Order: sequence, then C-alpha cells, then structure tokens
Amino acid sequence: MNGGHGRLASRWLPTPTLSLLLLVVWLLMVRSLAPGQLLLGLALAWLIPLITRRFWDPLPRVKHPLKLLRFTGHVLWDIVKANLHVSLLILSPRRTPHPGFVEYPLEVQEPLTITLLANTITLTPGTVSTNIRLDRSSLLIHVLDLDDEQALIEEIRQRYERPLKEIFEC
Amino acid sequence: MTLYVLLEWVISFLLVAGGLFAFTGSLGMLQFKDFFMRLHGPTKGTTLGIGCILIASMLYFTVTQGDFHVQELLITLFLFITAPVTGHILAKTGLHMHLRFITGTRGATPEFLDEDVGQHRVERPPRPKRPKRRARARRWL
Repeated sequence: MNGGHGRLASRWLPTPTLSLLLLVVWLLMVRSLAPGQLLLGLALAWLIPLITRRFWDPLPRVKHPLKLLRFTGHVLWDIVKANLHVSLLILSPRRTPHPGFVEYPLEVQEPLTITLLANTITLTPGTVSTNIRLDRSSLLIHVLDLDDEQALIEEIRQRYERPLKEIFEC
Repeated sequence: MTLYVLLEWVISFLLVAGGLFAFTGSLGMLQFKDFFMRLHGPTKGTTLGIGCILIASMLYFTVTQGDFHVQELLITLFLFITAPVTGHILAKTGLHMHLRFITGTRGATPEFLDEDVGQHRVERPPRPKRPKRRARARRWL
C-alpha cells in the first residue's frame, strides 16, 4: 500500500480488497454476525488469498473507490436499459436487426481492467464481447443492431473504458 | 396497513416484470436467426429478470420476517460474474467452429485472424441421417 510496512503487508495480506470481499461474502452466506462466524470468515478471508496468490495476475489497486461506485451505478442503469432494448428487439419480429462485428481498439492494458471492460460490454446494450487479440490490442465485439461503428466505439470509450482507466491505471 | 398494500404491489410488479424479462430473453433463442445473435438473449434478458425476482424476494422476506435478507445480493453478484464469462466462451467456441452468420452481418469474415477463428475448422460431430429418438435432442444444439 504505502512505503514503510508495505512489504510486510503485501507478504501477509497480498490483496486486502479481495480479503474484505471474501469476508463480506462469507458473512452474507451464513447470515449471522456471531463471533464464531466472524472469526471463521476472517480466517478464510486471510487464507484463501494467500493460498491462491500464485494463480492471480498482480491485481491493480483501486485508486478511486468513489469513481468505482459511480461506475457501478452507471453500469447497473445501463443493464436495465440493455434489457429493455433487447426485449423490444426480440418482441418486434417485423424489424430485423442488423448484426455485425466491431473491432474495438483497447486503450487499457491490465488483464483485470480488460476483463472488467469485456464483462461490462457483454452486460450492456446489444453487445457481446467475443474475442480479444492475443497482443491485447483490441476486442472483437458482436453487436446485435449495428448502426454506426464509430459512434459505438466512441460510446464504449467514453462510458466504460475511460472511467475504468481512471479507476485502476492513472 | 397501507404500507403493506403498497409493498405488495411493488413485489407483485417486480415478480411479474422479472418473469416477463426472463421469458423474452428465452424467446430470443427462438426469434434470432444465428448463433451469435442468440447469445444476446440469455446474457442480458435473463440478468434483469433474475435481478427483479431477487429484489422481490429480498423485499418480501425482509417485510414478512422482520429481519434483513440480503443474501440474494450474492446470487446477483455471482450471476454478473458468470453470465459474461459463459457468453464469452460460447462466442469464442462459435468463432472457432466457423458457425455461419446470417447474411448481412457486417464486418465479418475478412477481418478475422487465425488466432480468432483457428487455422483449421473444428468439425461438428456428424449428424445421423434419420435421427433416432435419443439423437434428436442433440440436433438442436
């Protein structure tokens, strides 16, 4: 995290965010705040990241938690819109959609950030991310109803990639 | 009293809406014409459907039993993690098997590289000439 005790912390608690998440998930699953469960949860939250550390790529730190919250809100709202949009497309058989593939040039390079972006793209309006180039230069996206390729790329860039980049990389 | 009536309306609305969304998502499998379009239904249509039903469940149990029921949030979390990953793997498999697109799919074949679609086409398992009862289920895959 920061300078002095950073090395010790990264050795014994490599991913504090992940540990916190695990603890919360555990407490939600057992639905209790009893001391025993709390201790067990803490132990699991501490041990699981330690044991599985070697499987993980180095995780980037969340630089702006507030922006992450805002981003999550945006994405949730977009998921609602995406569902309405796709449902309308499904329910109106007259209007045939024009599907297409779009090559989206990536700006972010961290594996986790790319994963998040790809997942976001899949969950949001009319787009499914199908493939990533081996050199991480671009994502291949299948679009259900393609109007304007450039507009779509620009929208994804402004709405999702830039915020993700700000949250994790800058 | 009125609060309960109001909540009842909200919960019923969420349940019905959830059911409708899940249904349309599945209907997409029927409606769309090629593999890649069919992917869009389950990856999205169902997420909101499940989401609505889970919110309804949270509200209902919180109101009737008096303590907070939030473990449904976990289902949402896991769903949001797994749905895109499954979609991605399916799409990738589709590319590697060179599944056909409906005509009019834009930006398709010329830009595919070998690493996207594989150098050799992955053959589909041969179909029997006259499918027997057991084989028939596989035809729809």
